[in-house]
Amino acid sequence: MSADVEERTLLVELLRKNLLLTGTHVGCDTTQCGACVVHVDGRAVKSCTMLAAQADGAQVTTIEGLAPKGALHPVQAAFRANHALQCGFCTPGMIMTAVELLTHNPKSDRTGNSRRPRWQHLPLYRISQHRQGRRRCRADDARDGLRSGRCIHSNTSSRRIYSLP
Amino acid sequence: MYPFEYLKPADLQSAVKSASASGENKFIAGGMTLLPTLKLRLARPDRLIDLSRITELTGIRVEANRVEIGAMTRHADVARSAELRRALPALAALAGGIGDPLVRNRGTIGGSIANNDPAADYPSALLALAGIVITNQREIAADDFFTGMFSTALKSSEVITQLRFDIPKRAAYAKYPNPASRYAMVGVFVADTATGIRVAVTGAGPCVFRVALFEAALAKRFTPDALEGLSIPADNLNNDLHGSAEYRASLVSVMAKRAVAAALGG
Ligand SMILES: Cc1cc2nc3c(=O)[nH]c(=O)nc-3n(C[C@H](O)[C@H](O)[C@H](O)COP(=O)(O)OP(=O)(O)OC[C@H]3O[C@@H](n4cnc5c(N)ncnc54)[C@H](O)[C@@H]3O)c2cc1C
Ligand code: FES
Repeated sequence: MSADVEERTLLVELLRKNLLLTGTHVGCDTTQCGACVVHVDGRAVKSCTMLAAQADGAQVTTIEGLAPKGALHPVQAAFRANHALQCGFCTPGMIMTAVELLTHNPKSDRTGNSRRPRWQHLPLYRISQHRQGRRRCRADDARDGLRSGRCIHSNTSSRRIYSLP
Repeated sequence: MYPFEYLKPADLQSAVKSASASGENKFIAGGMTLLPTLKLRLARPDRLIDLSRITELTGIRVEANRVEIGAMTRHADVARSAELRRALPALAALAGGIGDPLVRNRGTIGGSIANNDPAADYPSALLALAGIVITNQREIAADDFFTGMFSTALKSSEVITQLRFDIPKRAAYAKYPNPASRYAMVGVFVADTATGIRVAVTGAGPCVFRVALFEAALAKRFTPDALEGLSIPADNLNNDLHGSAEYRASLVSVMAKRAVAAALGG
């Protein structure tokens, strides 16, 4: 798709205002909270801190595009099954962040502790859903959901990555 | 944000040419520092020159004794590089501890070095490893590069292209992150290099600095104990709501000992 925007248009503005994809939310607007996370060429990024022009030519996936219409991505299903949200405002960003996390943390995490702690520093520190969001990935149904998804390599690693500190 | 012109040149020459045009020009790398600054209207450049299309600026090259990292290499790629994790694990680990995963997916090593934030991690690695900043014009030794808070030896249309590090005998970085921002309250990079032991501290002062006292002690005996009882004066250290200057001075000693222990494999 193509759109004509001003140079200073942020990616999140393009998505929400021009394309009416309002699933991506703006929380802090200051690069802190992660509510605005989308994938650009497969990488989770804060769309409030990227110019639309910087995404020129890239593939952008928003929460709307994560699963076919009417279906849920396994991570969405896991969040839902475990009620891993409170008001839900930042949930799209958490889900987009979690999906990339699971893509990039292959099997080696089962034994190596070295990589795991970094991902515990997900943004959204100040939102009470955070802890719940982590806990939900320890639950069996979340693991089953994740195992069936293509984004996860093994249920052991998913449990480890998300274990509470 | 104030309006600006946005350019995304495909090669280094055009980028430098645009940067020399009249008006205020700014390179944009990951934008993790620059865009928040523009959103707050703290800067008003006429032109942003995006470096992301210049492929020669990205990538990690590991040789027998040295490592070269392209300025546009993202923190996440430095952290994940299997080659770098073998050759210079302290640097890969440092990159993996910057901010959060989303910041690491955009932020670049060149942007971090050019920005020289007093609490940024990479400047301590560059200084402790006696790294070289390679630009489109020249090579600048780390000791001459960081000139003060948010300031460097770079000229306005000068682009960092690569960072070069000789592989040290051993090295490690120990960081006490601010629990909210994850920037370093204090971070200490210790390296046992061909030219001696080097200890560089970030987060504690207005600009990254070396600690001669610690270096001399560690040159005699490279163990955490060698630093027992040693500390730096709190004068001129950062004093803010996150911690007093005295607290930071104390953290410098603690983090230095932890870095030495980690370099020894502890
Ligand atoms: C929430 C958050 C947490 C963070 N936590 C940390 C942390 O824990 N530790 C840490 O070290 N950093 C942290 N950062 C900063 C992050 O690492 C940035 O990536 C970095 O400061 C700037 O890199 P950038 O690529 O985004 O540069 P930009 O923001 O694009 O540019 C920064 C400056 O460098 C100049 N510049 C960029 N590239 C070049 C080049 N190749 N040659 C010459 N000039 C250039 C630009 O003109 C600009 O002035 C954090 C940032 C955020 C938003
Ligand atoms: S809205 Fe983008 S990080 Fe908070």
